[in-house]
Amino acid sequence: MTGLQKGLWAAVAVAALGAGGLALFDARPPDTTASAEANAQPNERASVVAEFELTGHDGVVRTAEDLRGQWSLVFFGFTNCPDICPTTLAEIAQVMDDLGSQADAVQPLFISVDSERDRPAALAEYVPQFHPSILGLSGTPEQIEAAAASFKIFYERVPEETAPDGYTMGHTSQVFLFDPEGRFVRLYSYGTPAPEITADLRTRIETDG
Amino acid sequence: MKIIATATLAFALLIAAPPVLAEGDEVVIESAWSRASIGTSRPGVAYMALINTGDAPVVVSGLRTDLAAMPMIHASTTDAQGVTRMSHMEEVEIAPGETVALEPGGLHVMLMDLQRPMVEGESFTLSLILAGGEEIAAEVPILGIASRGPAD
Repeated sequence: MTGLQKGLWAAVAVAALGAGGLALFDARPPDTTASAEANAQPNERASVVAEFELTGHDGVVRTAEDLRGQWSLVFFGFTNCPDICPTTLAEIAQVMDDLGSQADAVQPLFISVDSERDRPAALAEYVPQFHPSILGLSGTPEQIEAAAASFKIFYERVPEETAPDGYTMGHTSQVFLFDPEGRFVRLYSYGTPAPEITADLRTRIETDG
Repeated sequence: MKIIATATLAFALLIAAPPVLAEGDEVVIESAWSRASIGTSRPGVAYMALINTGDAPVVVSGLRTDLAAMPMIHASTTDAQGVTRMSHMEEVEIAPGETVALEPGGLHVMLMDLQRPMVEGESFTLSLILAGGEEIAAEVPILGIASRGPAD
């Protein structure tokens, strides 16, 4: 498939999704990582089907099956990230506080794309500081790559000599919402104010019963 | 003759903004805040508004604080696909009368190589180093780790 064809498939995928802007993989040059997804047909990209096996910060292995039963807010980052990740974690913490009794219906999941540094112990001392309900997930490079492909997210290790350990991570910064059946519902773009996410979740939880 | 010289100088300033020196007290730092850290192994962050009250551009070329051995200004940028990356800013220019906001998701102070943990309720001194060599210090309060800003 040529770059142009890929671009066209991406346009089809975006059109199918409306303004969701899910053609995340097309920012990636071909044949870098997770190339299977880059070759997917547009009808396969049209929705996100979460598939993963990752380890929670409590040491317990989680799979996509664990998304069932609650609304899931899934987002990606790394603990050496000083700006975007703590900001999103803080927004989600605020959402969970504001949801009050409805918070029981929602499970936030923070997936680290930095398998080199973020082991379960690192996530255990970091993620719950923002809110006790947020579960940090980490995995081997292969597990992270597979999870990223299923969520159609982009991440990259960027050499940066001024950064801790000589690298930083670029990554998709949207928050993914899945319903209690584990089906992808929507994205919240980075910077969506907590009250907006809370109001959207309230409506969905109440409609869903 | 003097008028021409002035006009020439003004034109030179217009086309070559960065080397201009400003008085240090023309830069005002407002609304500074930061988040508590867990230990010292991960970089900290600080946010603030930099206001140039003078009539010449000001260039911030460095930072200094005893809290971190490597304080730097970084920029987070998010592209149309929703991918966010960070990059180091060698310098930041503030146009006369303008405010440059260091805020979540954009420009921010990245505090690398923390010398001590950032403890909620405490504060630290951060100095901006201007291209002319002047330094402007601000006291930065440390808020909670999950803080979204001073308004919380």
